Amino acid sequence: MTLASASAHDHLSSASSLTEEQRMGIVQRQRWQDFFFHKITMGFALTVLLALVGIIASLTIKAWPALQAFGFGFLTKVEWDIVNDDFGAAIAIFGTVISATIALVIAVPLSFGIALFLTETCPVWLRRQLGVCVELLAGVPSIIYGMFGLFIFAPLFADYGQPLLADTFGMIPVFGRLFSGAQIGLGVLTAGLILAVMILPFIASVMRDVFAIVPPVLKESAYGLGCTTWEVVTRIVLPYTRAGVIGGIMLGLGRALGETMAVTFVIGNAHKISGSLFGLGNSIASTLANEFAEADSELHVSSLFALGLVLFLITFAVLAAAKYMLSNMEKAQGSKT
Amino acid sequence: MIEHKINKAIYAKRRRSNSIGITLSMLAMAIGLMALFWILGVLLYKGLDAISWSMFVESTPAPGSPGGLANAIVGSLLMVAACTLVSTPIGILAGIYLSEYGHDSKFAALTRFVTDIMLSAPSIVIGLFVYALVVVPMGNFSGWAGSIALGLIALPVVVRTTENMLRLVPSPLREAATALGAPKWKVSTAVVLRASSSGVVTGILLAIARVSGETAPLLFTALSNQFMSTDMGTPVASLPVVIYQFAMSPYDDWVSLAWGGALLITFAVLAINVVARVVFRDKSKG
Repeated sequence: MTLASASAHDHLSSASSLTEEQRMGIVQRQRWQDFFFHKITMGFALTVLLALVGIIASLTIKAWPALQAFGFGFLTKVEWDIVNDDFGAAIAIFGTVISATIALVIAVPLSFGIALFLTETCPVWLRRQLGVCVELLAGVPSIIYGMFGLFIFAPLFADYGQPLLADTFGMIPVFGRLFSGAQIGLGVLTAGLILAVMILPFIASVMRDVFAIVPPVLKESAYGLGCTTWEVVTRIVLPYTRAGVIGGIMLGLGRALGETMAVTFVIGNAHKISGSLFGLGNSIASTLANEFAEADSELHVSSLFALGLVLFLITFAVLAAAKYMLSNMEKAQGSKT
Repeated sequence: MIEHKINKAIYAKRRRSNSIGITLSMLAMAIGLMALFWILGVLLYKGLDAISWSMFVESTPAPGSPGGLANAIVGSLLMVAACTLVSTPIGILAGIYLSEYGHDSKFAALTRFVTDIMLSAPSIVIGLFVYALVVVPMGNFSGWAGSIALGLIALPVVVRTTENMLRLVPSPLREAATALGAPKWKVSTAVVLRASSSGVVTGILLAIARVSGETAPLLFTALSNQFMSTDMGTPVASLPVVIYQFAMSPYDDWVSLAWGGALLITFAVLAINVVARVVFRDKSKG
């Protein structure tokens, strides 16, 4: 007889003959087990919260010398002078925000198109395969995007893309200054383009998911009135899913702001703010990746931590807003079904 | 008659804007697919040349001499394995808490919120955190520090997928087990977790895929190592960091090795992704 069946047998035969006291004992024991199980799982859930608190606390402590030395001016100072130990975050913040903005401007319409195609016009048998393809785009490691950007995209962009932009948009007065300067393929605009491809799958999959929850009755009514697919999507689906769509865009923005490797490869890593999108620049994450391991002076290290803190706080705010929008969406859906 | 003409004009305009919109959406899909296949094509074209037997058995070379990526491959496997061993049990237990105990609790709602944010938090900041937490007190860069950084990235993925998968388990299953007198911890582990095991495995696989390609959090934690090292207390080479160093270098043979490594890691990561999806699809069908 195996051990398991023996104990089962034992259990069965003794179940009826248990005294009240023994039964209470078992109940008591199980209560304790449940109590501990509850607390243990809760403790592990707490680790996630502790990680967040730890990140903010440790970054603040490490950044303190720099924050003390430069005060709030750190955020707005256009200076990153390693030799003279004089640091400000403005260049890196500028590069981060501009590259992420370019990425959004390109990725949002593309994601909308993909989500529209996948939910409305794509033949059903193709939906799954194409959906997986888009998700695989999100699975490609960011360093691969960096290499692709540096070795493949940048030379092509310098030879064809940048001259084209300079000859068209560059001709417009004032606005055209954005497309002036040396055409070497690297820079803030290239970083934005690569980032756009990287965040596209995230935004597209959120949009696809929220489009899918629109009650069929709404869409069918619109179709029944004679609306075209385009009208249904722009006038029914989009207004209904507005919060979710904005949440998805914010999620993509959060990703773009914090992306490191892809940007480090193509942004040019120059500590300056350029008036042209072709100009080289730097983002917070790329500055950290380039300089942290080699930083010697205490103030330099501390300033890099301060940059990290700024980046974390910005992305935290953006992601929190995204989460808020998306959870409103879920609630709305929950109350209707 | 005039009215009819106006109607026709409006109708034509609506049809036109519809077909323009639909065409643009197809174009967007085509651009997305093109990006994917372009990247994969370039990787195959550039990387296949570099892949050879010596890539898997020799360590990273000095510029100009032959060598491979063996130390980086071993280092990556070690760190990802350590990260998985730590973050999986923590993540699953935390997921059980959120799903089984966290219906109305404010604490659970807060944890869920923070987990979702950590899911997309910049990985380089996680690297900074682990540098301050582990590397500075220990006094040197180490494989353990790298594993901890990767673990912090994997953890939210495991927590969230576990919770979502456990929630899919129908409550009658829980009620039946409870009615038979099973205590809650047994219901949670032996019934609910078991019923959703393939979904939970999917989550773990996705977490592994996610951390395998991560470079940024390793830069100031595990650093890198020119030689084969399996001692996790010292700097350990990893595939992504070596690819980064070699790709940014001016030596042609290093860049070529970087392409080989890039091909290897991308296809490994995408393969795990595909397997994870297949596992889950089979489950949801059955």
